[in-house]
Amino acid sequence: MNESLLRELVPAVIGVLVRRGADFAAAEDAVQDALVEAVRGWPDDPPQDPKGWLVTVAWRKFLDATRADTSRRHREVRVEGEPMPGPSQMADDTLQLYFLCAHPSLTPASAVALTLRAVGGLTTPQIAQAYLVPEATMAQRISRAKRTVSGVRFNQPGDVATVLRVLYLVFNEGYSGDVDLAGEAIRLTRRLAAKTNHEEVAGLLALMLLHHARRPARTGPDGRLVPLAEQDRNLWNTRLIAEGVDVLQTALTRDRLGEFQTQAAIAALHADARTTEETDWVQIVEWYDELVRLTDSPVARLNRAVAVGEADGPRAGLAALAGLDPALPRHTAVAAYLHERDDDPVTAARLYTEAARSAPSLPERDHLTRQAARLNARLRS
Amino acid sequence: MAKYLLLKHYRGAPASVNDVPMDQWTPKELSAHMQYMRDFAARLEGTGEFVDSQALSPKGTFVRYDGEGRPPVTDGPFAETKDLIAGWMVIDVETYERALELADELSAAPGAGGKPIHEWLEVRPFYAEQPTATE
Repeated sequence: MNESLLRELVPAVIGVLVRRGADFAAAEDAVQDALVEAVRGWPDDPPQDPKGWLVTVAWRKFLDATRADTSRRHREVRVEGEPMPGPSQMADDTLQLYFLCAHPSLTPASAVALTLRAVGGLTTPQIAQAYLVPEATMAQRISRAKRTVSGVRFNQPGDVATVLRVLYLVFNEGYSGDVDLAGEAIRLTRRLAAKTNHEEVAGLLALMLLHHARRPARTGPDGRLVPLAEQDRNLWNTRLIAEGVDVLQTALTRDRLGEFQTQAAIAALHADARTTEETDWVQIVEWYDELVRLTDSPVARLNRAVAVGEADGPRAGLAALAGLDPALPRHTAVAAYLHERDDDPVTAARLYTEAARSAPSLPERDHLTRQAARLNARLRS
Repeated sequence: MAKYLLLKHYRGAPASVNDVPMDQWTPKELSAHMQYMRDFAARLEGTGEFVDSQALSPKGTFVRYDGEGRPPVTDGPFAETKDLIAGWMVIDVETYERALELADELSAAPGAGGKPIHEWLEVRPFYAEQPTATE
């Protein structure tokens, strides 16, 4: 019984407790306590029925906590006695948990934390470490989030789109510390896809798989960022690519296009090419047109300008860039890249230096500084 | 043990000896510099003296309260003359001399031409914890 299998059980066990009458916040706390006990005890003494064990221990923890809380005696009366048998064994509440943890009343950071704990089964220290904040801070964030959703009925259907946004946020956080957040996001999206029949859930899963497939090629041995064009494509994970393409194709046959399917289609076209030159840039531009139509997002327009630069030449790319707000993140970096391709290394070097100053991350800053240094060295010789 | 903050400045510190902007280094020199910084941090973790290291973006703004019901007053982006912190490393070491020794080593990180930058770093002691037994 490894830890990830144990974590798989968490949402179902929370569901059982809620159906027996516990409120979500108390159920979640009780399961978390049981989880800690399981991690400690199971390696030496694994139970026959892990889920049954967790339900029993979590229920006991819940009763203990409720009894200890004398000011809430009325609740004790309600839940006292034998747990009711019945449909709770059969019902799958995981989907409800996804909705609750991504509830629109929560801030994105709270929704992310709550999802990782209640759906993902991660402990508060693990989540705190992944987001590089003190454990007490993360504990507060989670308990405030639970208070926020305390009035939400557990059986209310939610909006899949809000869940997808939360999972996408988790995925984009990448990984730091013990927890691989990208891998965790894929796991949670995979389970959501198995429980819903929603083409955008499939689209997001495909997008994640296709991006994750490139991860081994995305950083050099010294930790530096390797851009798509320079990646060693032999390092791409072909198994993940095949799965991503497969999931995407099935979703696309339903003919209900959304932004995640569109982004996944673009990622699939990149995955399909053995080199940058062999990439079907014309088709990628068409997908970006679709993405702009669906989202009207300035970031999509910026990425479209890069694709136009590859499909129709750097001048066309610069023309596509001209109408966009220069304050957009990465606008200057894109301009630098297109100017270099347009054989204007002086402008490109200046823009790379400028872009480095406003880079959102250290690896990106170092990458852009390196681009400027490379061009300046060439200009000097 | 005592904690010290090693502060690195974008500007505002006295000019370093090997004062060439990074975008004028060769890519190889950049790699050597970054490797040196990584090795330095890794070694301090190994000796049990590393606490924290963070880098700051040069973007930033000063903010000041301007009275009840009024929006905050801001000043920035910083004028070129203003001191601008680029990042820090916090170390936990036995002596002040050890703190100086480590700052000295960090200041020797290679820059243009592969030569040490001789960058000025600010070494600031943290206030110590109040000892439990003071009598």
